[in-house]
Amino acid sequence: MHMADALLSPAVGGTLWVATGATLAWCARRVKARADDRIVPLMGVLGAFVFAAQMINFAIPGTGSSGHLGGGLLLAILLGPHAAFLVLASVLTVQALFFADGGLLALGANLFNLGVFPCFVAYPLVYRLVAGDKPSDGRLAFAAVLAAVLGLQMGALGVVVETVGSGLTSLAFATFAALMLPIHLGIGLVEGAATAALVIFLRRARPDLVDRSLPAPVKSRAVAGLAIAAALVAGVLSWFASPHPDGLEWSIARATGTEEIKPPEGGLHARLAAIQEKLSVLPDYDLPAEGTAKKEGETAWPEVSGGRSFAGLVGGLVTLLVVAAAGWLLGRRRPVA
Amino acid sequence: MGRLEAALRDLRLADTLAARDTPVSRLDPRAKVLVTAAFLVAVASFNRYALSALAPFALYPLWLAVAGRVPAGWLARKLAIAAPFAAMVAIANPILDTAPMLRLADVTVSAGWVSFASILARVGLTIAAALAVAAGTGMHALAAALAALGVPRIFTGQLLFLWRYAFVLGGEASRMQAARTLRGGRGSPALAVYGPLAGHLLLRAFERGERIHRAMRARGYDGEIRTLRELRWQVRDTVFVLGWCAYFALARFVDLPLALGRAITGAP
Repeated sequence: MHMADALLSPAVGGTLWVATGATLAWCARRVKARADDRIVPLMGVLGAFVFAAQMINFAIPGTGSSGHLGGGLLLAILLGPHAAFLVLASVLTVQALFFADGGLLALGANLFNLGVFPCFVAYPLVYRLVAGDKPSDGRLAFAAVLAAVLGLQMGALGVVVETVGSGLTSLAFATFAALMLPIHLGIGLVEGAATAALVIFLRRARPDLVDRSLPAPVKSRAVAGLAIAAALVAGVLSWFASPHPDGLEWSIARATGTEEIKPPEGGLHARLAAIQEKLSVLPDYDLPAEGTAKKEGETAWPEVSGGRSFAGLVGGLVTLLVVAAAGWLLGRRRPVA
Repeated sequence: MGRLEAALRDLRLADTLAARDTPVSRLDPRAKVLVTAAFLVAVASFNRYALSALAPFALYPLWLAVAGRVPAGWLARKLAIAAPFAAMVAIANPILDTAPMLRLADVTVSAGWVSFASILARVGLTIAAALAVAAGTGMHALAAALAALGVPRIFTGQLLFLWRYAFVLGGEASRMQAARTLRGGRGSPALAVYGPLAGHLLLRAFERGERIHRAMRARGYDGEIRTLRELRWQVRDTVFVLGWCAYFALARFVDLPLALGRAITGAP
């Protein structure tokens, strides 16, 4: 079951709609640029396959319950991440519209959690790196399970951050995460196993369909490593930031008695401050709702805060996008007159 | 009836419902998309303790269901399936938020129960609206609306292919399951059986995709998806959009049930 509209605020839902909408447009352009006109009917039938396969359960050994394929990782392996994202978007759209499985306002968020993480993080950074070229059955299975588990953990974390950030639930971040993450560990194992079973079967029957040479999504392991390191620093190490005042705040405190000098009441200062307050989505590197609560009391160290991780990851992502855009703009060749 | 057959039957029902000529299906699908989006944003924008203020919003899904002649039983069944998940997350509210908020006769209702009821109300409103608008519009009109609103054609094109082939592949999957059951298969298959079972379905999906592509090329397909469906925006679509958006704005910023209650009881 995907996220419902009832637990989402328009701010969170709208932001994720914009993010996934932009990703969708980018993926559409990339798929078109591949200039392979087989891709549209292929995407359609594979989407229909995922839709049908989600209704076929298989028994999970040792538990007496059954599970089913999600499909994100499988699509990424078979079609490449960009086409896979488009297919996932349509499967989720059909589910939201005709089965009430996930709300329409939450469609952006659901697509982000179930599409972006498997296709653009788990597939290139985990599956491709672990499986390598022409892996053995065992290695493929291991890569699939690892990628599925990590992708679903990220997706579950996304759900927790989005729900808590919307402010409609009284659940605290830590409690909700403690409930969601272990469950999705099991679901990830199931997903990885099902994906591996299907890819291994397909590879034996039609090896040409699986070992297509897709353009390598990550140019070098170094870039992937740096991306993972950045995510870890922003998401986890930020909890260990020192609560003591930094150099500037310490000097001001010694000189004037307070850590921040109050700006003058009127004039340009006040107007700019008001604009900054309105624009800042994540004031003080935290979610707005949680930030105000923290100002009241003492905070523990390390400050395990979902809001801080979210702010760190969002900030890192925005910086990456700005730098990439600048690089693209500056790198474009002008036609010679 | 297995899950697969039930899902296919529901999709077929939605398709049939949308093909009828009702006041809802005659509206331009772009108008319906815009109004539903406004509805969802308005409902989601209430604070967590809003309850009676949400009531006027029930008019929109109600009108869609009645004017679109959507079967009430189908709608209620889908709501009953979808609601428990949100309720499971929402049940934390009454447990964690015990500050008293209302007094009804001798009973003190905590804020947690109010926010829980608010979430359930939102679930009902949003899901009913989404289902009713989908049943009154259908996938083809919806894909045309999305393309007209700027969604890339490569997405809407493969969405329509998915819609078409979901029935075909779903039927094949259902026959494969029946074949397994007839040969003594019980319950859910083990992974060693599931691999080839779903794997063969996947193979058929690929082969079908290749046949479709060859058929399209034989008919002159060049990579561009073109449709004949023409969307014509009419006066009634403008009236529909402006009317409902005005109503949502009014119901959002003026607590209508409160005003009505005050008018009737004379309380301040």
